[in-house]
Amino acid sequence: MAKYISRRLAFLVLTLLLTSVIIFAITQLLPGDVARVILGREASETALKNLREQLGLDRPLPLQYVAWLGGFVTGNWGDSYSTGQAIRPLVLERAGNSLMLAGLTLLVAVPTAVVLGVVAALREDSWIDNVISIGSLSVVGLPEFVTGVILIEIFSFQLGWLPANSSIRPGDGFVEALPFLILPALTATLVLLAYIARLTRTSMVEELQRPYVRTAALKGISRREVIFGHVLKNALMPTITVIAISFGWLIAGLIVVENVFNYPGLGRLLTFAIDRRDLPLLQAITLLAVLGFAVANLIADLLYAYLNPRIEYE
Amino acid sequence: MSTSPTPDSATDSATDSVTDATSTDRTTDRATNGATRDVTPTIEVRDLSVSYRQKGGYLDAVRDVSLTIMPGQTYGLVGESGSGKSTLALALMRYLAKNGEVRSGSISLGGDDLLAMSDRQLSEVWQKRVKLVPQNPLPSLNPSQRVGKQVQEGLVRGGKQEVLDLFESVGLADPLRVYTSYPHELSGGMQQRVMIALALGGEPELLVLDEPTTNLDVTTEATILDLISELIAERNTAVLYVSHSLGVVSKVCDRVAVLYAGELVEDAAVDELYDKPLHPYTQGLLDSVPRIGQDKSQVSLRPIPGQIPDLGDLPSGCVFTPRCPVAIDKCSEVHPGFYETGGRRSRCHRSNEIDEGGLEPRQPTDAAQTRAVRDVEQVLTLRDVEKNFAVGRSLFDTLRGKPVRQVHAVDGIDLTLHRGRTLGLVGESGSGKSTLARCVIGLYEASSGEMELLDMPLRRALDERDTEVLKHLQMVFQSSDEALNPYIRVGDALRRPFMRLAGLSRDDADERVAELLASVKLSAQYAARLPGELSGGEKQRVAIARAFASQPDVLLFDEAVSGLDVSVQAAILNLLGTLQEERDTAYLFISHDLSVVSYLADEVAVVYLGHLMEVGKTRQVLEPPYHPYTEALLSAIPLIDPNAKQQQIRLEGDVPSPLDIPSGCRFHTRCPRFIGDICVDKEPPWQEDEDGHRIYCHIPLGELKETQQRVFTFARPDTETQTQLNKQPDEEGVRG
Repeated sequence: MAKYISRRLAFLVLTLLLTSVIIFAITQLLPGDVARVILGREASETALKNLREQLGLDRPLPLQYVAWLGGFVTGNWGDSYSTGQAIRPLVLERAGNSLMLAGLTLLVAVPTAVVLGVVAALREDSWIDNVISIGSLSVVGLPEFVTGVILIEIFSFQLGWLPANSSIRPGDGFVEALPFLILPALTATLVLLAYIARLTRTSMVEELQRPYVRTAALKGISRREVIFGHVLKNALMPTITVIAISFGWLIAGLIVVENVFNYPGLGRLLTFAIDRRDLPLLQAITLLAVLGFAVANLIADLLYAYLNPRIEYE
Repeated sequence: MSTSPTPDSATDSATDSVTDATSTDRTTDRATNGATRDVTPTIEVRDLSVSYRQKGGYLDAVRDVSLTIMPGQTYGLVGESGSGKSTLALALMRYLAKNGEVRSGSISLGGDDLLAMSDRQLSEVWQKRVKLVPQNPLPSLNPSQRVGKQVQEGLVRGGKQEVLDLFESVGLADPLRVYTSYPHELSGGMQQRVMIALALGGEPELLVLDEPTTNLDVTTEATILDLISELIAERNTAVLYVSHSLGVVSKVCDRVAVLYAGELVEDAAVDELYDKPLHPYTQGLLDSVPRIGQDKSQVSLRPIPGQIPDLGDLPSGCVFTPRCPVAIDKCSEVHPGFYETGGRRSRCHRSNEIDEGGLEPRQPTDAAQTRAVRDVEQVLTLRDVEKNFAVGRSLFDTLRGKPVRQVHAVDGIDLTLHRGRTLGLVGESGSGKSTLARCVIGLYEASSGEMELLDMPLRRALDERDTEVLKHLQMVFQSSDEALNPYIRVGDALRRPFMRLAGLSRDDADERVAELLASVKLSAQYAARLPGELSGGEKQRVAIARAFASQPDVLLFDEAVSGLDVSVQAAILNLLGTLQEERDTAYLFISHDLSVVSYLADEVAVVYLGHLMEVGKTRQVLEPPYHPYTEALLSAIPLIDPNAKQQQIRLEGDVPSPLDIPSGCRFHTRCPRFIGDICVDKEPPWQEDEDGHRIYCHIPLGELKETQQRVFTFARPDTETQTQLNKQPDEEGVRG
């Protein structure tokens, strides 16, 4: 197992290296001259030249890449072009906020989706299965900005239960932030829910038809024991992988959700960075997002390997 | 629908008394404590009908079946696919698919009404009284739970020690290791032993075995059948043994019930049934199976024409009428009741005539193929062909320069095919026989060795071969389901080789397609059909037609008849014989079934772990001297004749991994005639006798011949009846 984990970690590093190259290359392709963006339209050629030198923009690209990556690894993420702030504390704080939101979303979405999927599968083709299927399908069709706005309309404007604007203050902990988190988390949940629930249902239905279920039933044990003792674990294995993949989806979804609710997370910072052509900020955010996605997949793979004896660690 | 119970009701009471009588005979045979008529049957089924709900009504999968199994009795249930045998078997446990339903009749288990039980009572029955050994052990075990735990769960009470004892009693060599293993870590044979252990755990009254050896290698099947027979003999359990194989059933069972299209058509003690079947269907089944020792020059198989009827569209009267060689007008009008005599019954209007000897209910057949001695032109020669696969090499292994691990799937094979002759290639799964065929056809690129086709070198890589080679060399695969594109019509699939390989125009090609279909005995209308609209046998005919389209000199058959029902298999085997006769094509016929190979092949090559063990004319291979491996294979064949004498030679353990081929003679780890260090240290020599029979073994041929006995006595070629009935060629599936 240790060997397997170390191999997977090595792969993770390799993946990150590769994506860092891609991220760097893409940001280089963005239109616009950074120095001009920073100094404005009226800046003199000399000023521009000086700034370029100062930022190292006049050096060959591979050297720029190495310098950037080296800085990133050693914790020197540079300063934002647009605000002049140090990037690292800013990004890490926003990442913390996003993680809080993502964590709450998963905490709600995954168990709910799994329960719905399992119930639908156990009552295959009954009215309850139909309600779950149709309900989840109709929700998944709506984009986040629509569901978000509808939720705000209902819970903030009509009922007045929850704030419409989720701009929490820096330094707020989970407890202080919770009321602000509920609506964005609910919006993101609705996006994930249908997907995970439908997959759980499919995999459960498939699993229920396998011959080992008959073997278990013919031992004379109760249906409950058959489901919980045998079927559930096997049925949930594919779901684990899907949850990891949907984590990537969640990251993308949060960009929209955070903007709708004005929530100070990584997603909103990203739109800000794109808006301002703030390359170092943009690069840092993207690389961090990729890291998050890769780690989520690693955890899912390890969990899958741990649960599934058919995976060889060699 | 022919489920009207009226014609039967008169006979049913009589039936039961008859069955009772025989069963009681059996019981008195077995029971030592003098139990007689008072013994309660373990299972008593009366007029049972089981249906599946479908859109637009019910599909009656089992109709009006009555069956009694006494304690200690082993009942075989035989039928082709679609006969309803699995449905009936599971119905006896009251375990039916969601849409399955017992529509009428009763099942009593040891006097208790099974159908009236509550779910709770039923659970208790499943826990203690009835047990199932299913067909496929691997999917029948929970993949993510250790085997020991799963078996333990099935025990009413008892802990680890009881499980270990059970494992030991079913011949699992290392119970402790098995206990902590996951199912996929065990071999197929071990998995099935685990399932048997699970089934024996509750000391059940009724044991249902549903094709328990069907997917196992013949050597493993033999050891499992030995185990089952032994366990049954020790206990007073009633057994229902479901199988499509008459051979297997005749080995294990006292009594056999034959099922056809959901009806019980014949029921008799096993030796009576095999000696003198009273129902034409039973006779047809028996005549469809090639017996070891018979080849196509002596006996032509007698396939049953047509196919099992669709349950939604059953013929009126007797369900077997459309395929019956002796059907009369009455048969299509009146549903027959049982004809009964001496403790056996047969659902046929003409059974009395058959019984009295006035009627032979046999299918017509071609004349046995009298083959002239041919020129011995070599059309395909293989010299020292090898195929290695690199395994387990990840990106990191490559980076670290770790040496490549090799699987030697085919390890130095020499073979020669002659024009118009068949070479049979047999061996257990994992022996490399399919890999070899794929190297020849070019799907795999052989790692080394030389091949020659019609005196021209045959390149190892497919892209170095020109289309001319494809014309001369074709292949038929096991699963024609997968080999035929489901969206391409039969005619289009067959036209392609004519246009591409023979360069014919579309109209000419169409003409040839019609001829080709006729040669595989399909009517021209089949050209417009999609593969999904064909039966298994018809698909295989199309696959054969496609292979013959380019008029190849050499045809490779990879388990081409293995998935088929016996009656269909017989028709295909006959067809292959005829086509070879007409076209002088050489066949390389790969099969795990030695009976089929010995029937069709002129020469047989036996392969083990990628290496040949024995090559010779079929007659030579079936008689001493044998290679010890061949001897074991022959001894493992479930012979169809319950009175046949057969040596018991069993192979220990499983085929070793081709990653780690044993030193010296690679068979030494399992060889029943192991003679010592020489087998471990030295590769054996090829010993050849004056007739070209070659054996790869350290034991001198003379010594082998002296110490070995014939594994079995050859079945008599039944020449008397053959000449009488040479009416018309077989025509399976041509009626449409």
